[in-house]
This record gives sequence, structure tokens and C-alpha cells, in this order.
Amino acid sequence: MISVEHLRKSFDGGRTFAVDGVSFEVPSGKFLALIGPSGCGKTTTLKLINRLIEPTSGRIWIDGRDAFAEDGARLRRRIGYVIQRIGLFPHMTVAENVAAVPRLLGWSNNRIRARIDELLQLVDLDPAQYGERLPHELSGGEQQRVGVARALAAQPSLVLMDEPFGAVDPLARDALQQAYLRIAGELGLTTVMVTHDMSEALTMADSIAVMRAGRLIQLGSPGALAATPADDFVRDLIETPRRQVEALHRALAAAVP
Amino acid sequence: MSEAFAQQLALLPAYLGAHLTISLVGLVAGVLLSLPLAVFIAKYDRLRWPVLAVVGAIQTIPSLALLALMVPLLNSFGFAPTVAALTLYSMLPVLRNTVTGITGVDAGVVEAARGMGMTERQLLWRIELPLAAPVILAGIRTAAVWVVGIATLSTPIGQTSLGNYIFAGLQTRRWDVVLLGCAAATALALLVDGIIALAERGMQPGRRALVGAAAVCLILLGLLGAIAPRSGVDWFVPADDTTAGAKSVAKRDEESTVRLEVVRVGAKSFTEQYILAALVADELSASGYRIESVDSLGSTVAFEALRRDEIQVYVDYTGTIWANHLRRQDTPEPWQVTSLVASHLAENDGIRLLCSLGFENAYTFAMRRERAAAFGIRSLVDLARLAPQLVVGSDYEFFSRPEWTKVSATYGLRFGEVRTFDSTFMYEAVARNEVDLITAFSSDGRLDSFDLVVLDDPLAAFPPYHAVILLSPRAAADANIARSLTSLCESIPVALMRGANALVDRDTDKRTPQQAAVWLRERLH
Repeated sequence: MISVEHLRKSFDGGRTFAVDGVSFEVPSGKFLALIGPSGCGKTTTLKLINRLIEPTSGRIWIDGRDAFAEDGARLRRRIGYVIQRIGLFPHMTVAENVAAVPRLLGWSNNRIRARIDELLQLVDLDPAQYGERLPHELSGGEQQRVGVARALAAQPSLVLMDEPFGAVDPLARDALQQAYLRIAGELGLTTVMVTHDMSEALTMADSIAVMRAGRLIQLGSPGALAATPADDFVRDLIETPRRQVEALHRALAAAVP
Repeated sequence: MSEAFAQQLALLPAYLGAHLTISLVGLVAGVLLSLPLAVFIAKYDRLRWPVLAVVGAIQTIPSLALLALMVPLLNSFGFAPTVAALTLYSMLPVLRNTVTGITGVDAGVVEAARGMGMTERQLLWRIELPLAAPVILAGIRTAAVWVVGIATLSTPIGQTSLGNYIFAGLQTRRWDVVLLGCAAATALALLVDGIIALAERGMQPGRRALVGAAAVCLILLGLLGAIAPRSGVDWFVPADDTTAGAKSVAKRDEESTVRLEVVRVGAKSFTEQYILAALVADELSASGYRIESVDSLGSTVAFEALRRDEIQVYVDYTGTIWANHLRRQDTPEPWQVTSLVASHLAENDGIRLLCSLGFENAYTFAMRRERAAAFGIRSLVDLARLAPQLVVGSDYEFFSRPEWTKVSATYGLRFGEVRTFDSTFMYEAVARNEVDLITAFSSDGRLDSFDLVVLDDPLAAFPPYHAVILLSPRAAADANIARSLTSLCESIPVALMRGANALVDRDTDKRTPQQAAVWLRERLH
């Protein structure tokens, strides 16, 4: 479980705030989607949580522990992190990539080897077939599977994802989304995911936080957001999937004689 | 293969060893300095531009000039200034490529590494440096090839290198020797380049063994350089060397002598100097001294090296010291010049002017005989009338020497055009009428072989240039050195010296300076 209180971040010494008083809580095993237009502060919020960016003010509690009580790098080793650019280390094999955090933590070789096999199987990659390959030999979808496996290597309870499936082709994206939900359910992971795709947010998240200009506009379940949008902006946003589907139907109807 | 070429070839291990040593030390120092600096400026991009600009600016200094500048800067000759200059030269490619390599690492990879909890240090060592390694190695390869090439220019500042072949070959018109130097330097550059290329290929996963192999090759090369026979300046000056020098100066007054074992004999970079150095070396080794020769020194380098006892003996010319060190413009009688120079050197520098060799090698103006006749020029007075229409060829230094100031003022000399040559090409240029006259040396064998006439100096504007043996403070304290060399005093008439010079400089039936020295010795008075 993670709880964020009055998080603020200014990059210009307090004149403007990229993140301005954001608070939310994600109970253990639940999935929160942070959504909003480009530059709304959603990615900054995510990076404040694992302290890749240090906040100007505010508090963060992860599983009841103050996130500022320990060194940032040490904190990040306990938190899974998956990004759109995937960022596999090109000079390391798939197995070495997955082993990166356990190595930082000083695990024994036997424990690391067992964990690699377990994780690759979890993301539906055959360890014997994929373990010794280099990242550039994999497809985009396979690469992000390795990215997810790498993020889960040290058994984090919290996973942060920044548009994790945005660069993957649509077929692989569906499969990955489903695979992640299955894994998160099996492992009881708490997830915060940044996305600008409302369809993705609606299909994956337990709750959705809508951000605009650094502020949290509305936080609630998909149903609550659809039923009582806080303003026109949220309404517009929550209705985009429906508009897309209608447009799709019209296009298909016109195409079929 | 001619015997002369075989003689040159015998020097190859020494030259190659020294060349290898300075190149590797310069390269390794450059890499060790550049890598941390590059990492630093890759992270602090505000410093990146200024640092790259400064190092880039150093790169634009002509290499010979940078080497020369290191001499006064470090106040020493040979190894230290050479390595310093080579180090500076090797920095730019390594620095630039390392910065490019590190900043070129994919931003997603860096974000992922930080996001999973790597510290900045772990990010650098585990991710950024391994990924930048091929680019860094490419930079090191570039630096290595530069350094091996530029190291040939360290000869004039007293560092033995393959450049000794090139400089000596150029001065003595031995093109085979020049080629030998070039070929050896090229081969060495290709070898070092190949070894680093091996390491570069080893950067690909699964070929790490190549990196080890390359490292072993480089270490072996370094060892070869270290164990190669030495010639030239002994760069590891023992710690007590200066005190020994000071003591020997003190002892000199008490007439008790220091006994040197090794004598370093210096030579400036022209034929006569090589011959006389060989002659001096022969006399000294006959007296039981071990000789190290330091060839192709720049004129001021030779004098400074002697003053600081980095060489112990060389031959200089009174007029040169008169103008450059006593800063005198007047021209008293030759014997007065010699004695004033001797007392000045003894008082100011602890240098002993042992004696004159018996001939003069004066700066002078020379023309082809028929051209001088056609113009009706016999002396500098005649020359002054026609000079504005004439093209003069000169060596590198004459027109910046104080003697020229004096001569031009005395005769009102102003030339139409001045062209600068290496002295080897200067004579050829006048022989082919590419210039009308040249600034020649009066004992030069090429005056006869190219049939040049020397113009008279009726107003005695040039000082006398008697060849004199100079001994360093320590050599002066060893009375046995003076005794070994007195047989050379006043023993070489100018015609004999010209003859010896011509043996080396002519194009057919060429002799080496050593052979010419033997020839000269057989004919001494």
C-alpha cells in the first residue's frame, strides 16, 4: 500500500509547481492509473514516489514506512519500475538484465539463477530459449516482458509504470496488459501506472486519478468517474473511449457493403 | 645493404625502444588524465564546453612548438617535456570520444538503471562506461596513432626517438635513413593501432578474451621499450645528480677532479656537428669513457642542456654565443671574442671553453659563381645595392638572430624576398637558381660542391665564429676529459672541415658522420 500526502514539486524555486498538492492512497494489491494530458505532472508525480526526483514538500508512505527515511537508491531497489522506453541494458543478456537488481542487493548466484527462471516463466518467456539472448534480438513485446520481469526481480510490493505498453504493437499490448494483471493478482502487487490512454486506464485500473496542470482534479473508480465527472474536462476525458468506439463502428459500417 | 645503412640499422633497437617508451607513457598518461576528466564533464555539462575548448586549443598548437614550449615550462629536456607534450596531444580524442560515448547512452537505459536503484557510481561503472567503451577505444586508437607520429618530433628537444633518423637523415642528405625513420614510426603506429583495435573487438559480448590479449600485448610492448638498449639522454637523472654537479663545481677550484664514467656528447642538427660529436666521442672513449650521444639538438637546447649538465660536451661557435648570450653587437678581434666568451661562460654558467678547434664556421652570404659575376657582386657592399631585387634563401633562424640586425644596419641590407628552408634544401635551392643567394656556413662542404662564392664582409659586421669545445660544469671538473680532448685543439683547418662535411653531404659515395670523423682524425695536425 502507498499513501501520498500534499506532494509538491517546483523546478524553478517556487514560482510555478509541476506537481501541486497531490494526495492519494492505493491500498495493497490495488491498481491506480494516473491520467492526464502531456505536461500535467503525472510522470513527475511517479518519479517523486521513487524519489528519482526529490519533492519540494509532501510525504510518502510505502507499506507504512516513510519513503524519506532511507537513501533514494536503496528505496528504489524495493520498488519495481517499468518505463515506455523499456531501457534494457543492451550489453547484457536477458538473464543478466533480470539479475540486475538482485546483484545490487548482493543475492547469492544460486538464488539469482532460480529467480531468473521463475520470472521469465512468469512473463511467458522460456528461460532456456531467451536467457542468453541480447535485448536487440527480441521483439518489442518480448523486450517489455523482460522489462516487467526485471522490475519484479527483487520481489517488490509496489510497482511504478510509466506508459509501459505505449511503445508496443497493439496485439502484443493486449497480451502484455492481461499478463501484467494476472501477475499482479498472483503476487498481490500494488501498482501506480501513468498513462494518457483512457481505454487502458479503464480496463486495467481499480481507481483513476485525473491530473491537469499539476493538480489532482478527481480520484475515483472508473464507474464513479463516468457517473459523476467533476467537470467538463474529466467528462471529455472519460468519454474518449466511447467516442473512439463509435467512430470505429461508423468506419466499419461504411467499409462493409 | 651499404655498410653505412647497416650502421644506421644497428641503432634501430635503441631508437625504437625510446620511441615506444615515450609513446606509451604519453598515451597512458593522457588516457589516465582524460577518462576521469571526461566522466566529470559528461556529468557537469556546464564545464563541458570550456574544457573541450581548452584541450582543443592545445591540439591546434603545432606539435613541434608544443614540444619546444614544454622545455622552458618544465625547465628540463628530453623525457619530461616530451611526455608532457604527448600527454596533452593524446587528450583531445580520448576526452571527446568518452564524453560522446557517455552522453550517447540511451536515455531510457539510464532512466531504467536509476529507477531500479543504481547509484550514480554503479550507473557509471556497470552501464555507461561499458556501453561507451567502443567509442572510448576508438578515441584511444586515434590518440595512439597521433602520439607515435608526433613523438618523432621530440628529437630536437633532446629525446631520442625514431625522429633521430629523420632529422639526421635530413641534415646529411641520407634519404634512405629518413625513410627508415618514417617506416619504423609507421610500423609502430600500425602495431599499436592494431592492438587497440583488438581490444575494441573484444568489447562485444563473448569476446572478452581479446581485451586481455590486447592488454598483454601492450604490456609486452612496454617491457620491450623499457629493456631496449639506450642511447641519448639518460632521462632518469639520479636524485643526487644535482648535488654531485654542485660538488664537482666546488671541487674544481681545489684542482681535485671528479671522475665521470658516462659522458653525454651533444650535437646540434647539422652535418658538421654530427662529425665533430663523433670525433669528440672517439677521443673520449679512447680514454675509457662510456659515451651516450644526444643528436639533433636545437641550438639553444644544446647550450641549456650543457649548462644544466644534461650533456657534458659539445662544439659551439664563438659568434653564436657572443650574439645570443653576451648580447654583443660589436666585433672586436677574433681572439678577444673567444677570450671574452670563455670568461663569460666560466663566470655565469660554470661552462669551460676548452679551446678552439682551429677553424671558423661563420654565417655568410653565398651565391653561385656565375650569378655573382653576372651581377658584379663581390662583397656585402655590392649586395646592398641590388638586394631589394633579390630573393634570399635562409635557414630557420638567421633572420631572427641578432647578427642579422647588425649586418642589415651596417650595410643597409634589405632583400626583395626571404624564403626559409631546411639547410639541406637551402643549398639545393640556390644551386637551381630558385633563390639568388643564401645565408651559408663558411665551413660547409656544399660551398665547394655547388661552386658557391662567399661574399666579403669588409665592414666586419659578422662576429667571428670559431668552433670551440665546451665542457659542462661536471665535465670541467674532470681534468681527464680536458686532457683527452686537447689533441683536437687548433687541429682542424677550415679546408679539412669542409672536406669532411662534403664526404657526408655529397650525393654519391656518401660517408656517415662517423666515417667522416675517422677520415678527419687521420688528417689532424
